[in-house]
Amino acid sequence: MTRKPHKTRDTKVTSEFEHGWNDMLKGIKKLKKILDGLPEPQFSPEDHINLYTTVYNLCTQKAPNDNSEQFYKKYKEEIETYVSRTLLPLIRGKYDEFMLIELVKRWKNHKVMVRWMSRFFQYLDRFYIARRALPPLYEVGMTCFREQLYQKLHNTVNDILISLISQDRDGEQIDRTLLKNVMDIIVEIGMGITDYVNEFEACMLKDTATYYSRKASDWILKYSCPDYMLKAEECMKRERERVCHYLPGISEPKLVEMVETELLVVHANQLLEKEQSGCRALLRDEKVDDLFRICSLYHKIPQGLELVSSIFKQHVIDEGLALVNQAIETANNQVGKECGAHEQVLVRKIIELHDKHMVYLCNCFMNLSPFRKSFKEAFEIICNKNVADRSSAELLATFCDNILKKGGSEKLSDEAIEEALDKVVKLLAYVDGKDLFAEFYRKKLAHRLLCDKSASDEHERSMLTKMKQLCGGQFTSKMEGMVTDLTLAREDSAQFKRYLSILPIGIDFTVNVLNTGYWPTYRTSDLNLPAEMIRCVEAFKEYYQDKSRKRRLNWIYSLGNCNIIGNFDPKPIELVMSTYQGAVLLLFNNSDKLSYSDIKSQSNLGNDDLVRVLFTLSCAKYQILNKEPSTKMISPTDSFEFNPKFTDRMRRIVIRLPAHQERKKVVEDVDKDRRYIIDASIVRIMKSRKILSHQQLNSQIVEQLRQLFKPDFKLIKKRIEDLINREYLERDRENPTMFRYLA
Amino acid sequence: MRPDRKIGSSNPMSIKANDVDLFHSASNKALMQMLGQIDEMFDNYANEKTNMIEAAGIEELCSDLKMRADDVRMLMLAWKMKGKKQGLITQDEWRRGMKALEATSLEKLEKALPGLEREVRRPLIFKDFYAFAFQYNLTEELQRTLDIYNVCLLLKIVLRSQFRPQVDSFIHFLQIQKEYMVLTLDQWMEFYRFCNEISFPELDQYDEKLAWPLLIDSFVEWLRQNNN
Repeated sequence: MTRKPHKTRDTKVTSEFEHGWNDMLKGIKKLKKILDGLPEPQFSPEDHINLYTTVYNLCTQKAPNDNSEQFYKKYKEEIETYVSRTLLPLIRGKYDEFMLIELVKRWKNHKVMVRWMSRFFQYLDRFYIARRALPPLYEVGMTCFREQLYQKLHNTVNDILISLISQDRDGEQIDRTLLKNVMDIIVEIGMGITDYVNEFEACMLKDTATYYSRKASDWILKYSCPDYMLKAEECMKRERERVCHYLPGISEPKLVEMVETELLVVHANQLLEKEQSGCRALLRDEKVDDLFRICSLYHKIPQGLELVSSIFKQHVIDEGLALVNQAIETANNQVGKECGAHEQVLVRKIIELHDKHMVYLCNCFMNLSPFRKSFKEAFEIICNKNVADRSSAELLATFCDNILKKGGSEKLSDEAIEEALDKVVKLLAYVDGKDLFAEFYRKKLAHRLLCDKSASDEHERSMLTKMKQLCGGQFTSKMEGMVTDLTLAREDSAQFKRYLSILPIGIDFTVNVLNTGYWPTYRTSDLNLPAEMIRCVEAFKEYYQDKSRKRRLNWIYSLGNCNIIGNFDPKPIELVMSTYQGAVLLLFNNSDKLSYSDIKSQSNLGNDDLVRVLFTLSCAKYQILNKEPSTKMISPTDSFEFNPKFTDRMRRIVIRLPAHQERKKVVEDVDKDRRYIIDASIVRIMKSRKILSHQQLNSQIVEQLRQLFKPDFKLIKKRIEDLINREYLERDRENPTMFRYLA
Repeated sequence: MRPDRKIGSSNPMSIKANDVDLFHSASNKALMQMLGQIDEMFDNYANEKTNMIEAAGIEELCSDLKMRADDVRMLMLAWKMKGKKQGLITQDEWRRGMKALEATSLEKLEKALPGLEREVRRPLIFKDFYAFAFQYNLTEELQRTLDIYNVCLLLKIVLRSQFRPQVDSFIHFLQIQKEYMVLTLDQWMEFYRFCNEISFPELDQYDEKLAWPLLIDSFVEWLRQNNN
């Protein structure tokens, strides 16, 4: 290219610019042709340099001949015109996907164009734009596209995109790459993700909500709960894939949340509480996988698990209470009988219930906190229900007794026993009145130990250890003492036997020496012992005196047992019975016939005991004595005679003396103890805290006594009032809801 | 002080020792006179032998004041006197009371009564008076509780004018319930708090989980049952 000859100064400048601009235009035209794919030779480096130099020369002249501003304007105009006059109609002319395809193509080309143009006009970028704080050439190019084209089209584009996504959701084939490309453009054009979010994403999310809302309304009626959950799971998976394929990652959590809301939250109640297929049905039918799915899908939703866990809780409670009610009904139908078989069944069934739902808890519900809580609360209700007049504490204690005693109703292997005991302790954790359980357990333990009915020392100790771990050492200290007493007694008995063998007593007998503090209190009476027994007792007294002078022996005949050979006419039979019974029976060695009052004065037993004893000897299963009149009840006017004709096919029979109905007493004793325990707790707490509100005091007490029992808040109030009256506490003068310790 | 100052100098501004004495002796005299009148009144009602006003004297005093024996103002008077035992007024107690009321005669005493009542009914003082009423009625040395019969009487005298519906209800309840034979001071005071804090008969804010005594819990339960 050659320079034209210089004209006058103004015109020279103008025409210089015009010349220069014409040159540029030629270059731009060439560029457009190339981009349009028309046959056109590529730019040579020389072309490039010339174009650059044109600009350079015209921009490096001194003012007012500096043409930078004009060039900048022209540059911008060129691009704007091209975009709005050429590109826009081209794109507008297409529809649906074709529009998108055109958009992608034209955008690509536009970027190339701007890049090249920037190079041609590069000189402006170096000095002009900085001087005037103007946007650089590349940015100008992008902005043009955005303002002249994209913003005019973007609603249409959004609509097309959204409809394509809808089709994708419906399972139709769409061009994912195209979508991805368009998304990339949106992000790029927006020069940041906020535009994407505000302009496209917002629409898309709205559409997503509508889409899934519609689906949900449809599916909730059509599908069972598990099937619905499968569909929901599927949808979530697809949405995630969608993001992978063509949406910016930022949309993923929002999409997922949207789907969760529409599918899972909106219809949660209707879905999970479906009659035939909802959570309760699934629990009933043991559909582990379905429950797991429900749990994992709802897990990610905040408070999503509340409904499921409360359904779980209600289910467990209902099952548990059904078992309890069954037991109550059976108990009511067997009025009068002391048969406790159904209660043992109840405990075992509750254990099974516990185990079964523990599996649900761990497998389906991933041991998550809301479910753990539901589980615990459900069993706290179940394990504190009474059956007729027996508390749950007593039932558990009886259950243990059956496992641990010889010939108990549970014939189990060692492992099975340990396992059963473990399970009992698990249930014990839910029982409010643990101290009541301890009392019943202790009474039965005493019975097992004293009547030599304990099957295994090891199991006894093992159970005590388990209880200790749950409730603390104080809980089991007495019981451990009891077991130790018996162990020592057994060791000692060998020594006593040797002592006895020297004496001419002729009766084999053992004595268990117990520490009063460990054992329950026993009623005893001033029984007149038969002469034979007196000799035994005296012998032991002497023996024991030698061993330890300081200790005082208190004889509890009510707990003794004896074996007596009855020389009946048919055959002699060994009779195993309690000492009381034996003492009465032996009176008949000296007299043939005795009246009630005779027996009473000779034996020195109280009426209560005597009636029970005589009943077992004359009116019950074995008639060792004949009663006149032969009614089925003992009355003070009766008289008794030894029955020489008595016989039985066994050579040895046990005549049991049923124990006094202790239940009421145990409950009373525990109640009394609780009063003292609460008093002591209140004083201890108030002494250290000096002043506390009623509520704080209450919660401290409950916390302190947690391992023993759950104190009734009325009882706490009563104890507080009592302590106020006894001047341990007073109400604060300023604030009567606070209590103050009085030293 | 000027060294040559003579007693009786004519400077009107100087304080004369004489005057001070006179001043003292004048107020002393008034005081003496007052005590004398008070003691005179005391003697009118007191038992000569025991030197205390006893039941008969109190009755006479009441009738002189034109009051019934169970008038709340008698109790207020006892409070003012810081009486220790009901039915007995010691000379010290009498002096204390009359002096505080500046009552040197029966008429003055009568006139002072409305003022006394106003004083006692002020909220902070009333609480103290209410507690006093209970303790004043304890007859035995170590007695800490008051039987229901006397509680009801006392409530009528002391509280009924202020909280009639609560008092009437509560008295009725106390009479028909079987659990409590006596009330402790704590229960007595808490009832007063109940009247002050809980709307009646709505019982809106009452919460048995709070620090109220069991007696009041039972009372509220009974009220709620009967209102349904």
